[in-house]
Amino acid sequence: MILQKFLLRLMTMAVTLFGVAVVVFVVIRVAPGDPIAMMLPPGAGPEDIERLRALYGLDKSLPQQFVIWLGGVLQGDFGTSISLRQDVLSLVLGRLPATLELATLALLMALAIGGPLAILGARERGTAVEAGIDVAGGAALSIPDFLWGLLLILVFGVLAPIFEISGRVSPSLDLPFATQFYLVESILRLRFDLTADLLAHMFIPALALALPLAAIITLLLKQSLKEVMDLDYVVLARVKGFSETQVILREALKNAALPTLTLIGVQFTFLIGGTVIVERLFSYEGLGNMAIDAVINRDLPLIQGIVLVFALIFVLINLAVDLSYALLNPRLRHG
Amino acid sequence: MTAQPLCLSIGALSATLPNGDRVLRSVSLDVAAGEVHALVGESGAGKSMIGKALLGVLPPGVRQVEGSITLEGTRLETLAPAARRRLIGARTALIPQDPLTALNPSRRIGPQMTDRLTHILGWPAASARARIREMLAEVHIREPDRVIAAYPHELSGGMRQRVLIAAAFAAEPRLIVADEPTTALDVTVQKQILRLIADLQRRHGTAILFVTHDLGVVAKISQSVSVLYAGMVVERAPAPELFATPRHAYTKALMAATPRYTHPASSLQPVNSAVLAELALEVRAADTEWKRAHG
Repeated sequence: MILQKFLLRLMTMAVTLFGVAVVVFVVIRVAPGDPIAMMLPPGAGPEDIERLRALYGLDKSLPQQFVIWLGGVLQGDFGTSISLRQDVLSLVLGRLPATLELATLALLMALAIGGPLAILGARERGTAVEAGIDVAGGAALSIPDFLWGLLLILVFGVLAPIFEISGRVSPSLDLPFATQFYLVESILRLRFDLTADLLAHMFIPALALALPLAAIITLLLKQSLKEVMDLDYVVLARVKGFSETQVILREALKNAALPTLTLIGVQFTFLIGGTVIVERLFSYEGLGNMAIDAVINRDLPLIQGIVLVFALIFVLINLAVDLSYALLNPRLRHG
Repeated sequence: MTAQPLCLSIGALSATLPNGDRVLRSVSLDVAAGEVHALVGESGAGKSMIGKALLGVLPPGVRQVEGSITLEGTRLETLAPAARRRLIGARTALIPQDPLTALNPSRRIGPQMTDRLTHILGWPAASARARIREMLAEVHIREPDRVIAAYPHELSGGMRQRVLIAAAFAAEPRLIVADEPTTALDVTVQKQILRLIADLQRRHGTAILFVTHDLGVVAKISQSVSVLYAGMVVERAPAPELFATPRHAYTKALMAATPRYTHPASSLQPVNSAVLAELALEVRAADTEWKRAHG
């Protein structure tokens, strides 16, 4: 039963990814711009163009190209980047950890900001404190992440330069890392000097990504908490002698978290989408930054690879949300 | 009445809605230790509101504006909020109306029953667990281990109400507010639950403020009664006296409205419009006086 559900789920994921692959493949080939033309020096003859075209397989028909590409993908071969002339898969895997670390840090920051504010707002419901939280949340929400990035650069980079505003790590540092998960590895290797340097670089871009999500978490979780706060079992907990904060943490939070959790799943995918521009803004060496270069250079195989990886991440996030739903709600565990 | 010490004494309690209208109009009542005091009245008469004011869980917007609530000699208004909360947690308990919504759907039954004992009263976890097993036996639950490990949705409504009753008596409170504890249940289960509450009440000597709209229930379980109309106590009497010689016309009308299978013709009478007109006058007089006193 559970295995059956799991297999069904895997099949749905495969279909989704296939759909994404088709759409991306077609759209970037229909869009104007010729990668070959951009590679060649001015004055290259038509034969040169044809030769290069054949080399990258671009002389074949669209369906033929797709089948060849998909066949490669299924065997783990995503092709060769046209602009960087390297294997797409190793390029993408080399940059992915940086983006995952940034996005995860942003998500944690959003939860760290939004969760306590939601609890505070629910506890102080109907007071000036709640009104203040609503106003701040509305403001944080209506400013998009890249604009937050610019504002934060102004504040923390120019006016009070506490944090780094460019790159992932100070170039002068000697990095002993075996993987691209610098932050995780620096912690595991107990090199907290490096952790500090990485965090100093990640803090502002992560905060820029986190603020709109933090606002959404605050407003939605606060609302859900308020709805739960007048339910009978919460009233009963108050009669038992629990304080308002205890009541929220013990009785209300777990049940109120369900709608917020769903939304975090959706919003986290937006957040990862947001890394594309924010990484560019902060010259952060992640997948998003690479994606922009790939688009500018019309690097078709690289774009395809990056988009597929993004799509895979989105699908996995949805899966994770569904699983945590079952963890939080015992009624969903059986059947 | 014998000179028993008072468990609960409410004096001139008034509570208002945000618009200033009173939902409780100078309510006074006393509950002796170990006594069952019934609050009867129609829906919206403010019966539940009295229990909520006592327990400190008035709905949002409703405020206690006047009057005193004295629990075993302690005036609750004089306590700081945290101290009041702890006193309520230690000395009182609530048997809620709807067992389907009064248990947290995402927590197992066991911790929901023990949390008052361990977290508020500071019992060791092992003695709290032993205590609730004892209490589950008292409410005739045969498989305590299964129930303790269950989530609320795995139990029937009657079972859940038993669990809530067991939890209410577990900490030996001095006073229990039973807020229409049988209303949400099947008729067949209602009688069992009522008998269960009455049994436990006698065995533990707990005073109960029993909120109900059912005079039949009142006659079975209570020693004294307050009849409420529009947040006003219209008649207060020991139960046998009230049923033998109801003084207020509204009490008589309520009795006539109660279904009785033995006298089908004379029961189920709607409340007479003359009685309602008289009540409306009483309410208006009380409000005019209150407004004069409060500007």
